[in-house]
Amino acid sequence: MRSLAPVAVAIVALALLQWLLRDAEYAVYLMTRVGVWVILAVSLNIVNGMTGQFSIGHAGFMAVGAYSSSLLTIFLDEYRVGFLPAALTDQLFFVLALAVGGVMAGLFGFLVGLPSLRLKGDYLAIVTLGFGEIIRVVLTNLNVIGAGGKTVVEGALGMSSIPPYTSFFSVWFGVFVVVLLAKRLAASSHGRWLLAIREDEVAAEAMGVDTTAYKVRAFVVSSFFAGVAGGLFAHFLRAINPNSFTFVESMQVVVMIVAGGLGSTTGAVVAATVLVLLPEGLRTLFLQLGGADQSLAQKVDQVRMPIYGLLLVVIMLTRPQGIFGSTEAWDWFSRRRAKGGGAKA
Amino acid sequence: MYELLQHLINGLAAGTIYALVALGYTMVYGVLKLINFAHGDVMMVGVYVGYAVAFLLGRDAASVAGALTVFTVAMLACALIGFAVERFAYRPLREKPRLTALITAIGISFALSYGFQLDLSVTAFGREWTVLPGAASKRFPDIIKAQRWASVGEPAPADPDHPEAGPGGVCLRFGEDEQASGCDDVILWNWQVIGFGIALALMVALQVLVYRTRFGKAMRAVSYDHRVAALLGVPVDRVIALTFMLGSALAACAGILFALKDKTIQPLMGLYVGLKAFIAAVIGGIGNLPGAVVGALLLGLCEEFIVGYTSSSWRDAVAFGFLIVVLLVRPEGLFGRAQAEKV
Repeated sequence: MRSLAPVAVAIVALALLQWLLRDAEYAVYLMTRVGVWVILAVSLNIVNGMTGQFSIGHAGFMAVGAYSSSLLTIFLDEYRVGFLPAALTDQLFFVLALAVGGVMAGLFGFLVGLPSLRLKGDYLAIVTLGFGEIIRVVLTNLNVIGAGGKTVVEGALGMSSIPPYTSFFSVWFGVFVVVLLAKRLAASSHGRWLLAIREDEVAAEAMGVDTTAYKVRAFVVSSFFAGVAGGLFAHFLRAINPNSFTFVESMQVVVMIVAGGLGSTTGAVVAATVLVLLPEGLRTLFLQLGGADQSLAQKVDQVRMPIYGLLLVVIMLTRPQGIFGSTEAWDWFSRRRAKGGGAKA
Repeated sequence: MYELLQHLINGLAAGTIYALVALGYTMVYGVLKLINFAHGDVMMVGVYVGYAVAFLLGRDAASVAGALTVFTVAMLACALIGFAVERFAYRPLREKPRLTALITAIGISFALSYGFQLDLSVTAFGREWTVLPGAASKRFPDIIKAQRWASVGEPAPADPDHPEAGPGGVCLRFGEDEQASGCDDVILWNWQVIGFGIALALMVALQVLVYRTRFGKAMRAVSYDHRVAALLGVPVDRVIALTFMLGSALAACAGILFALKDKTIQPLMGLYVGLKAFIAAVIGGIGNLPGAVVGALLLGLCEEFIVGYTSSSWRDAVAFGFLIVVLLVRPEGLFGRAQAEKV
């Protein structure tokens, strides 16, 4: 019961928030984008932060999830579950599609992880990057003709007219689930083994940890959530193409978790939120300041990427552990309760 | 048959360019055990320096002296950038975990490739100077005038200039200009020959440098164990800095050859050429100089054949697929030696 209590609280709180925000379209738009990136950052953190591997192909798994879940919802669009109202059927199918997208991405994570996690550090980074690129190239060459000769996936143009199922509630429920999972994983024996692999792989292996198996599991969990995030993203934008999932998107997630502190879920959440809201905020600010002159607002988008690059370098040189190091927000409470009695993880 | 020959030539030409970049990767990896992710982007900067020099020289750039100036200035500029990157970004992190340096390298790569996509120009000395070129691709000036060094093929059916070669025969011609017609089933361009020559000369020079000179000996000592090398009086910092400069200069040279091949340049070119060169280095066994060259030639050929016989949209998947297969079957590369892990 205790383990289910937070879920019940979250559902009520999120439903309430959704109801409160029903008229604030722009806020919902922003929060949805933030939520998708938070899911991506927290899930990548399971591999890069907790397990100490370095994956830079997260966007590839996101693409798998986005494509497979969108294909499913488009396919199921014509069907109805008899006695349920249309909106509820849609949401039911959406949950199913997200699950399928996540499982497909997890399957790809397994396929990628099983062979490549035998590789160390830099090699693994390049291989994950390579898989991300291969997925993108395959999607660029993918054409799917649906029933009745309608083109559903059109190569480089991707998919369009995906039903708009993503809501504030669904995204932030996803965030809640992934954060809860990351928190409980870190505290479980499974998570401890992941941390052991991060700290010293050889020692962990000597202690009897089946390092490859645990790395692959971390990879599968991480790519599952990337797939879910991809599905949410697709049903939010309603149109996706292979260029929505490039190396740049993968790097953006990496910047988030490195800035937040590798291994800190809190850090990933905070950094993802800031790094999504900051460019948006600056753009809005410049749009209002500039009036008719929109060049400044466009500059924000262009300047973002080089700044991310410099940010990585500066963080590594000055504070390689990131803003939060490996501390978590919930540690602060428990430490206070334990009166500072070595609660530091 | 002609098609196969043409693909062979193009593949080898692309391979030599990858080889020059791959040598830089492999050398830096040799001394630092670091994948210099920014290597390709340093190359891109070198190409833009070459572009600027050629632009300033104007029509003189197409002469031998002009072309040499373009190459030299670009290589020197790249050596400087390589030095700066090593000195200010990698050296402070040398004793930190390797992941730290890798993230830094990715950061530099990003800052360079996307920084160059910004538009920025400054007015000074009475004219406008472009500081950052912007994202649009630019046409690289013809510092080597394109010529058919040799061409083989069936002559055009009714060719009044060459009545001796009837239909169905084979013609072989040398030194025709770009627009010549007929006899064009297989073309070996002059820049391909020049690129091949430059690459070959540089590779031989590098081999001599590494295995026949004191500096090369120091480099190999640092590669073997930089702490012991330092104890024995090898100036480790200087050796690493020089290795970086050397690798970056090679990359600049490769970049300009690449620009001559593709005719256009754009700020993201470094990212992909760099990644492919890295893959070539891994295929050959990273840290192994001849291995990098063989890996690069293999990769160039592989890519050209797959693009030639299927579709060009698969180009970028080939290299990564190749990499994954090699890493699975023989993770130490074709010529590398497997190393036991030290505890």
